[in-house]
Amino acid sequence: MDVDSSQQRMAAYMRDHQDKVVGRWSELVVAGLRGRSSVAEVRRELEDLHSLVVRAMSGADEQAAGELTAVLTELSGSRARNGFTPRETALGVFALKDAVFELVADAADLAPEYLAFSRMIDDLGLLTFETYAAAREQIIADQATAMLELSTPVIRLWDGVIAVPLVGALDSARTQLVMEKLLETLVATGADHAVLDITGVSTVDTEVAQHLLKTVSAARLLGAECIVSGIRPQVAQTIVSLGIEFGDIATKATLADALAHVLNRRGQRIGQQRPGQQRTEPQKPGPA
Amino acid sequence: MDRVPILKIGTTLFVSIQIDLQDESVVRLQEDLADELAATGARGVIIDITAVEIVDSFIGRMLAMIGSISRLFDAETVLVGMRPAVAITLTELGLSLRGVRTALNAEKGLELLNGRA
Repeated sequence: MDVDSSQQRMAAYMRDHQDKVVGRWSELVVAGLRGRSSVAEVRRELEDLHSLVVRAMSGADEQAAGELTAVLTELSGSRARNGFTPRETALGVFALKDAVFELVADAADLAPEYLAFSRMIDDLGLLTFETYAAAREQIIADQATAMLELSTPVIRLWDGVIAVPLVGALDSARTQLVMEKLLETLVATGADHAVLDITGVSTVDTEVAQHLLKTVSAARLLGAECIVSGIRPQVAQTIVSLGIEFGDIATKATLADALAHVLNRRGQRIGQQRPGQQRTEPQKPGPA
Repeated sequence: MDRVPILKIGTTLFVSIQIDLQDESVVRLQEDLADELAATGARGVIIDITAVEIVDSFIGRMLAMIGSISRLFDAETVLVGMRPAVAITLTELGLSLRGVRTALNAEKGLELLNGRA
């Protein structure tokens, strides 16, 4: 007995018992989803799926297999995005096996047919799982991109001074993005000083230092001077014990110190106004 | 072969590179600039590379060499208008162009030279 004909007989059997199969299938799926979808909703989904499975199995319809794949991909993708567990997603397909088995168990002569059917459902289950994993990976990749965007703002600190507060881990991809953004902002604003603030960088090792040095030398090629600020006591100790040399790059403890250093270099200064003292000239615009 | 014109403005030589740099044209520029520095006694050189999109390691080294040659004539070289992408490439190549000063644009480059006097 070949697989094709047993699949066809199984398809015919399922078509005849559609109501029972879909009914039991929906019950099983809804029980597995623990009330996150209503019976009617699930039933509607599964009815489409059921008729596609029957069409694919009967072999009469060339497009059915492709359609079935597309529908399953769509379904498990949306499940993954809506936060269903892999178990709940896969259950949607595997419950069909249980539903059919309960019916077929009484009719002993359908055993080989059920075997072929079972193999097909296993394939569909694998497909569901693959899609689920792919959808999840896509979500993670999207989030990583969003985080990269979020974590690299370049802010204008003063007239001609920009600052990049670095937060989190500083790897090659981040550095590349920070460097590009920093250089583009330097060109766009015509700033001649940039402050790299590493207060939020969790660990500074030789690799991070290398990335910082690269950024600084790229900025220098554009004619801008960089100051590294936000060096915490522990970080300073690590830098020294690792033997990292920052060379002639100015380093400061806080962003405020760095700004004061830059203003000093540019020959500008900010001081407290003594009471009664009149402003003689309009001051430089402060940070917005 | 394209030649890069050298303009004399006061005591400054101004070179604006508007072509895709070939190795020969950079070598030629270096020779021309040395001749011009000797003839005019200029105190500063501004090389504008705003229009240059690609700088490879050879051209990067030649630019650094131009800086060293100018210094022999007691002239300072300022490289201006480098694009971010070019800066990133040069950094990745490990060329930091020490000995050549840099500025964001020609105006700031001139300020740098005038501030020196």
